Amino acid sequence: MPLAWDDFEEGDELPVLKKAPGVTQLVKYAAGGGDFNPLHHDFAFPQAKAIGSIIIHGRFKYAALGELVSNWLDHGGRIVKLACQYRGMDLPDRELTLGGRVTRKYEQDGRRCAELELWVKTAEDKNTTPGSASVELRG
Amino acid sequence: MAAKIEITPEMEAAVGVDSEPWLHEVTTTSVRAFARGVGYRDRVYYDIKAAQAAGYRSLPCPPTYLGTPIFIPGESNDTFSGPKQTGPAVRHGLPNVLDGGAETEYFADICAGDVLEVRTRVADLRVRESRTTGQMLIITSLTTCTNQDGVVVAKQRSQALFY
Repeated sequence: MPLAWDDFEEGDELPVLKKAPGVTQLVKYAAGGGDFNPLHHDFAFPQAKAIGSIIIHGRFKYAALGELVSNWLDHGGRIVKLACQYRGMDLPDRELTLGGRVTRKYEQDGRRCAELELWVKTAEDKNTTPGSASVELRG
Repeated sequence: MAAKIEITPEMEAAVGVDSEPWLHEVTTTSVRAFARGVGYRDRVYYDIKAAQAAGYRSLPCPPTYLGTPIFIPGESNDTFSGPKQTGPAVRHGLPNVLDGGAETEYFADICAGDVLEVRTRVADLRVRESRTTGQMLIITSLTTCTNQDGVVVAKQRSQALFY
């Protein structure tokens, strides 16, 4: 059901999204997103060898935060702004928990808006990818 | 570990200059490929009827997807798929790159069928110390996407870290 204005309050958390992308998923992302940096699929690539593994595309995590917000909105609103920073590298086949919280809900000039705090947490509860979003409800 | 990084006047000169425009296509197939790459289960990004029932003209771009740059061998970057060189270069000679983060602002829906004219400019250059890699050069780029009707649909600010 598309998200409606009365469906949420400040402080609410978004339903979590869990992902554990393996190499095959990262290859699909490379094909869809166009980033073929070998650091994300080739264990023999010098930078991957120096790090000790291939790493998940930062942009995969960014897009997955977009998916988290999109799933919550369920097309009952649109994303006005979406941001994140990559503070730590994430490795393939490890479970990531993507979550978010409504930090502000407000009306302005007839627009119904919300601000969200977002995160990508590892199994060790480390937030590698803090982010934020601004959304506008359609109805 | 990189030696001391210096921002030269030549590098500074690249700041603030727009690249030549490059076209990004948004097609039903490209939207599906991106959605599948991220792992979406939402039909709206795959099924045109579901997208139209949700109020879109066609399949909408999933968040962060700003179309696929048209690929031309020799003119496109074989690794990152964008144009090789359409603006002034920041010649730093550093071998490694990491993505630092991004912020995208949307002004209108982007759907399959749209063709975006994309311009990128270097917005900022700075050097930062990193615990793990020593000095890094941080290049902040600003990308502006204009659709076929001349409407600016999205702006993206992103950071690349070179070391």
